[in-house]
Amino acid sequence: MNMRHSSPRITLPVPITPFVLKESALAPWRAIHDEVLPAGRGWSRELARGQIFRIVDLEGNQAVDTLFFNARNPDERYSATDTIRAQGNLYLTTGTRLMSGEGRPLLTIVADTCGRHDTLGGACSAESNQVRYALDKKYMHNCRDSFLLELGRLGRGLGKRDLPSNINFFMNVPVTADGGLSFADGVSAPGRYVEMRAETDVLALISNCPQLNNPCNAYNPTPVRLLIWDAAP
Amino acid sequence: MILEETVRGGQAWSRRLARGQILRLTDTTGTACVSALFYNAREPLERYNMADTLKAQYTAFLTTGRVLYSDMGRVLVSIIADTCGWHDTISGCGDAAASEARFGQGGYQELRNDFHRNARDNFLIELGKWGLGKRDLVPNANFFVRVSADDSGRIAWVPQNTRPGAYVDLRAEMDTLVVLSNTPHPLDPAPAYGPPPVELSIRVAAPIERPGPDDRCRTSRPENGRGFALTEAYAREVEPGRDGGGAL
Repeated sequence: MNMRHSSPRITLPVPITPFVLKESALAPWRAIHDEVLPAGRGWSRELARGQIFRIVDLEGNQAVDTLFFNARNPDERYSATDTIRAQGNLYLTTGTRLMSGEGRPLLTIVADTCGRHDTLGGACSAESNQVRYALDKKYMHNCRDSFLLELGRLGRGLGKRDLPSNINFFMNVPVTADGGLSFADGVSAPGRYVEMRAETDVLALISNCPQLNNPCNAYNPTPVRLLIWDAAP
Repeated sequence: MILEETVRGGQAWSRRLARGQILRLTDTTGTACVSALFYNAREPLERYNMADTLKAQYTAFLTTGRVLYSDMGRVLVSIIADTCGWHDTISGCGDAAASEARFGQGGYQELRNDFHRNARDNFLIELGKWGLGKRDLVPNANFFVRVSADDSGRIAWVPQNTRPGAYVDLRAEMDTLVVLSNTPHPLDPAPAYGPPPVELSIRVAAPIERPGPDDRCRTSRPENGRGFALTEAYAREVEPGRDGGGAL
């Protein structure tokens, strides 16, 4: 692709992570969809097979809770454990195939300038906030509420049964050799992005995480940019 | 004992556990893998949540003192005893394709009731008996299995995690539908299909086994103290007469 016509490139900070990073050649001006999703908002959209979907962490260390469904048959959906087993690794990055519970790839990560994304931490909810932080935190906005509102608005009959363990893009939840789990400082930074190709028609569901009680958003939930490109001709 | 049963290799199993009952799973051979899912028996829309279980307890595995959380901030079951030491939460379960790739077709036509069953199919069968199905499949627990991860996230099945006679006691903290599959773990390198029998028993918690104020599962983390408080509040909501819960 001729990059001379691209809009101003996002300048990446010098990578400070040990991860293998891969940039994309796609130019934002060629995207068929380009929007900024504020912190705390839900979002859903169908991606056609072959389309490329990019999530940009605009301000850094923002957790983007994400689920994918087969758009034609939403009973088939992203499975964290099938994805982990298929690649023999807990973390998501370039080359990861996001597997369904039927053992089929829904999307493949084709570029990643962050280098590590979480598949164990799930989504925050009013009730888990009570357990994790304090009984009086139930009122706080949370990812599951955003998921439920988005599914409710879709009106396709999807609901709480359709919320298995989700991806947290840009979030770092390391597991230690002795089985400890921590919520480490983010590995992302302003402008880092992850990009994936739909391997079948998928429904993407996002909660741009509003969590204020832990460092998954550096205590400051921020907007993300969502771009979609049509399949290369 | 309310129940003593042998679950044959390959077999699926499901039953409701009433609050206060204890389910013991015993690995008779040192090679068991019992894949498990848990639901609120009254309202199965509430189900075991791997992520909430791990996050609340800062752990990637299950053992004594830890609890299995639902997606509603409540404790479905607590692990009050465990002579194995590590039960897996992160590696999911096998399916028909994985089983065939590893062990060959293993169909009923040839093998009759020794045919190769797998956890995903077993879950679908048992869930179907309760009006549940694919949409109710979530990341499951695998008792007697250890899958480790290195710094780069690479996972590995750990041999000799369990031993003959190892057992785990699961105390139901609410009325819980338990769904089990006694089938090979997809990362177990054993060359032949041969899940061993697993012993299973259910008893009512003795007074000393009940979740009092000093209960190890309740006190192991401040999060669990809050989880038990929410679970007990729910018990008072749905069964005001039981255990002196008081009227609403």
